[in-house]
Amino acid sequence: MYSNNLILFAAAGAEVSSVWDSVLNAILMILFSLIAIVVVMTFAGLSVVAERKVCAFMQGRYGPNRTAIPWVAAVPGVGGILRSFGLMQLVADALKFLLKEDPLPNHVNKPWYLAAPAIALTPVLTVACLIPCGVIYTDSGKIPMAVADVDLSLILALAIGSLGAYGAVIAGWASNSKYPYFGGVRASAQMISYELTMGICALTVAIWVAPITGKPFSLFSIADSQSGAMWLCITQPLTAFLFLVALFAETNRLPFDMAESETDLVSGFHTEYGSFKFGLFFVGEYGHVAVASALFATLFLGGWNPLPGLSWPADWGWISSVLCVLTFLVKVAAMIFFFIWVRWSVPRFRYDQVMRLGWQCLVPLALANFVFYIILRAAIA
Amino acid sequence: MSITVDRKKLSFLERTYIPQIIGGLYITFRNMFKKKVTLSYPDQRPTLPPGYRGAPTLVKDGDGREKCVSCQLCEFICPSKAIRVTPGEIAPDGKYSFIEKAPKAFEINMLRCIFCGMCQEVCPEKAIVLQNEFSLTGLSRAEMVRDKAALYAAGGTMPDKIKKWSRVKSNAELERGDH
Ligand code: SF4
Ligand code: SF4
Repeated sequence: MYSNNLILFAAAGAEVSSVWDSVLNAILMILFSLIAIVVVMTFAGLSVVAERKVCAFMQGRYGPNRTAIPWVAAVPGVGGILRSFGLMQLVADALKFLLKEDPLPNHVNKPWYLAAPAIALTPVLTVACLIPCGVIYTDSGKIPMAVADVDLSLILALAIGSLGAYGAVIAGWASNSKYPYFGGVRASAQMISYELTMGICALTVAIWVAPITGKPFSLFSIADSQSGAMWLCITQPLTAFLFLVALFAETNRLPFDMAESETDLVSGFHTEYGSFKFGLFFVGEYGHVAVASALFATLFLGGWNPLPGLSWPADWGWISSVLCVLTFLVKVAAMIFFFIWVRWSVPRFRYDQVMRLGWQCLVPLALANFVFYIILRAAIA
Repeated sequence: MSITVDRKKLSFLERTYIPQIIGGLYITFRNMFKKKVTLSYPDQRPTLPPGYRGAPTLVKDGDGREKCVSCQLCEFICPSKAIRVTPGEIAPDGKYSFIEKAPKAFEINMLRCIFCGMCQEVCPEKAIVLQNEFSLTGLSRAEMVRDKAALYAAGGTMPDKIKKWSRVKSNAELERGDH
């Protein structure tokens, strides 16, 4: 993988020998990846709190507002805010996951059972490294603010992102009991059906931006093509909608949380998991939501651009870059809120409805949409 | 003759399910800004309705006389056998010695009590009353058994409308038969 950022940082390090360059590159690469992981984890954690708070508000409750770490809560002002926003609940939840007894059932396939949570979490963190969250303006042009700026990052993100389903499938299979097994089977079937829609939508986007940028499959150029121009959710509303629906299915969120549907499958694929291993699934799910939000924001909501047709001016230098990142984070947060909002509004579909919706509505629609935009593109060009 | 009611066909939009989802989203969004229904319990206390059945307590009358005559009816009616009354006698030289009986010991085991109110209903003296206290905690089982002093402390006074015992002033009066 090749990253432009590293060039920037290496340039800052002046003219050093090429050996030092590559060492520096490696260190920076690791550092950036760690930052990406920390950011995704933070977002996942905050989404958990947001989920609890938003659902509480929608149901006329307050949500967690009591948990307090003694000397933190005593800080005037900040302590009270942290407490009433439920942010210290996050620490309590994490501690609970860490400190609970970690049972290993006898009937499971142990290696895979242990591997599954990690398999569920890793792709999420990997995809996070691909998403450009802003842009650095230099004299030589724009440099994407992504850990790994790959030319095919869109394809890579879809490919790796969908590996997350293996976490659910393997967990379901390795748990060696009925409900997790059903959960795993459903996860895989759903993944296959909606992955298709998602792929076609991504293609639609790619052919649309292809004449504008040289690299139609790079997330950075897709987002960049929307700066100072119309956002893709305006030029391609149907694509955006289909992609969004598929994202909901991909992230296993209601109304598509077939793999987990606790009303008929106890808790689905992670029924047999407890304590920290469950915590990993949990964080993985919310990380997935955060990453999916970021992906949607990049593709359809103009990435780091504040408004359709507007972009932060390049001659503001680093201020512009900071604003870019902030704009992007706001968009991601708004998308996460949307995910939560939908979850607490829409009931779960039945499994056959999910399959029917996927194959009989979304895939044909996405295909028709794809053909339409090919023709439109050709007509414009 | 049977009539078939015309059923409206779902429109295309309705079949896409999207307007319904948007309607649902609108409702949940609006709900976020409504007044919360949660009672922040220890900070806010609920307003209890009249006739609330909280913990059973023993009460005294307006003159500070203990009303219970240790008839033990409450003990026998109590479905969960929470009450233990040990009957005792009132000392003969006291003001109310003509009432003859008062409980020597009176215990209600609050771990057994089911707040049914039978004791209050059966008591001929209106001496045992379920009042507003609903939050009972203790660190041991023994602590949850309330003795007579605790029950009176929790109960306070509750004057009667009809002062049946003041019609009889003393044992001497009783013997004269002029009440
Ligand atoms: S409380 Fe009432 S019912 Fe119970 S022993 Fe006393 S007088 Fe009798
Ligand atoms: S309220 Fe019911 S259970 Fe409680 S002491 Fe009275 S009779 Fe017994």
